[in-house]
Amino acid sequence: MNDAFGRPQSIVVLGGTSDIAHELLGRLAADRCRSVVLAGRNRGRLERAAEELRHTVAHVDTVFFDATETDDAHKTVVRCFEAAGEAVDLVIVAVGELGHQEQDEADPDRIARMVTVNFTWPAAALSTAAAALEQQGHGRIIVLSTVAGYRVRRSNYVYGSAKAGLDGFAQGLGEGLRGSGVALHIVRPGFVRTKMTVGLPAAPFAVGPDRVAADIIRGVERGQAVIWSPGVLRLVFSVLRLLPQGVWRRLPG
Amino acid sequence: MTLSVDISPQPLSGWGRTAPTTAMVSRPTDTSSIEEALRTATPGVIARGLGRSYGDAAQCSGGLTLDLGGLDSIGTIDESSGTIEVGAGASLHELMRSIIPSGWFVAVTPGTRYVSVGGAIAADVHGKNHHRDGSFARHVVEMTIATPMGTFTVSPDVDPDLFWATAGGMGLTGVVVSATLRLIPIETSWMLVDSERFTRLDDLMTTMEATDDQYRYSVAWLDCFRAGSHRSVLTRGDHAPGAALSDRFQGRSREIPGDPRLRVPRSAPRRLVNRMSVRALNEAWFRASSTAPGSLKPLAGFFHPLDGVGSWNLLYGPDGFVQYQFGVAPQRGDVVEDAVGAIASSGILSLIAVLKRFGPGTPGPLSFSQEGWTLALDFPLGQPGLPALLDRLDDLVAEAGGRVYLAKDARLRPELLPVMYPRLADLTAVCRRVDPDGVLASDLSRRLGIVR
Repeated sequence: MNDAFGRPQSIVVLGGTSDIAHELLGRLAADRCRSVVLAGRNRGRLERAAEELRHTVAHVDTVFFDATETDDAHKTVVRCFEAAGEAVDLVIVAVGELGHQEQDEADPDRIARMVTVNFTWPAAALSTAAAALEQQGHGRIIVLSTVAGYRVRRSNYVYGSAKAGLDGFAQGLGEGLRGSGVALHIVRPGFVRTKMTVGLPAAPFAVGPDRVAADIIRGVERGQAVIWSPGVLRLVFSVLRLLPQGVWRRLPG
Repeated sequence: MTLSVDISPQPLSGWGRTAPTTAMVSRPTDTSSIEEALRTATPGVIARGLGRSYGDAAQCSGGLTLDLGGLDSIGTIDESSGTIEVGAGASLHELMRSIIPSGWFVAVTPGTRYVSVGGAIAADVHGKNHHRDGSFARHVVEMTIATPMGTFTVSPDVDPDLFWATAGGMGLTGVVVSATLRLIPIETSWMLVDSERFTRLDDLMTTMEATDDQYRYSVAWLDCFRAGSHRSVLTRGDHAPGAALSDRFQGRSREIPGDPRLRVPRSAPRRLVNRMSVRALNEAWFRASSTAPGSLKPLAGFFHPLDGVGSWNLLYGPDGFVQYQFGVAPQRGDVVEDAVGAIASSGILSLIAVLKRFGPGTPGPLSFSQEGWTLALDFPLGQPGLPALLDRLDDLVAEAGGRVYLAKDARLRPELLPVMYPRLADLTAVCRRVDPDGVLASDLSRRLGIVR
């Protein structure tokens, strides 16, 4: 069960090797957590992450999936819920790939793959997870979105548009879950220094995954439907979103 | 499942409005529908009264919650024994309105009249007279409990194991259907009240230890807001005899408490409870406390000051709040001082702090009120550092052999439960007997692993 501060006892992570998810688990696992299921593609990394968690969490299991196989999304989530061994209090959706804009944008196959991995698969998985939590009568979903999807720009529109799709899907799903006992939080981090962004020039307000995790925990405790990280980006992007396209186009980064 | 009553899914939370979950809710109006629900429901059934438990005790995610509001019968007073039989869903409010005009009062009332009799038993609630009269269950002559293995009428003499496991058992032994309560006679609905102010916590505690026994009711309010200076007001009193009323009050000697006149709107602003309002409230409370001995106060104002405002929990805004109440042995008053010190120096806001002395407890394995000190606090949510502060208080309490009150809990570390309630196995043994399939469960019992 989640406690009054939104601290879960049982967690399922889709995208179990994500740096942000790892930081988040590091904080939650030490607290009230007794069951974690990590799901992801890279077996080696997943097993290492699971091994590390076993120091603090009584029950840790892994489930493997490939986010290009959209037919498996439903089955994967069902397997994760079974592996949890008890009611699932929190589902973290951290599936996604940043891609390489220059190579992706000219290649229809790569575009299709990017949209599948960042939008189609997570959206299908989200719908199964939401239904399962609704059946339980409680639970929480954290969807990792990005500011890049809030206003899509030229320099990373393949990734940004797919995330925008997921963000919009999650907003609608969250509205539909109101009053069901299931809460959904959309996390919109800015530039996060992770293995996904290694080698990329940092944007303004860049943060580490530890900061994002801390912001998520505070946002969950406060019941925020949308959690920005760092928090100042809520303000920054409310302005950026209104900029005329001509000005937006000329902004660096 | 074919229940003879309407069922619908509803989001439920406790009075603190944290951690809502959804369950099917049905409102049985007789014992047989409760028995049917316990027989046919898949695991996960819990009773709910007026929803005044602060945390997640009266909700059952994905299961079935039995709203006992329909079992609200109030019998007639047996004048010779001073007892009355009431339905578990009857509120203490309605009970008081029914018995005060004939000169009777409930033996124990918590800080609100808006609790059900079943809830008062399940949490084994206490009042300002615990140092003299003990907890609610002490005054239950017998009660009828519906369990998955059948319906039983038990008392301290008939199946005492089930009786005491149910007293404070948080609804996990069965659904209390009705109870016979022992009442106390009163001459008037007025209280004779003495208030004293203190600026040092140890002076307050010494006074309470020395002279609480001279009063039937005693409670102290503490200002936890300032580090170093611990102002407090000790309020003690007794039921006023008829002779104490002046002519002015003679026509109103047995007034019954009314319904709330004010109601907090659902749209109450987010930060009504803040640093400034808490400081102002504590200041006003300290100054307004009358120091004239023997003031006459109406019963409702003395016992239930917050009941004048309907749904006062909405004052805390949409985030809700947590209550924290612990109890420690008489010689561990130092834990009270340490806790108050830790809160004051943390800068974390606590609106109401209430200190009281408990008399001897009951044999209930999960009953909270054991002899010693108890401190109750409430904290608005959304304060950074609050979860960690409460974990630290848990450690202080557990190390001192104390416990926290499960009717208020919404966040205890599960591994501390058996430390705080070492006789948990006695409860489990009773549960295995009357509920072998583990049908009865609540979010609280699942979160803490109360029955394994």
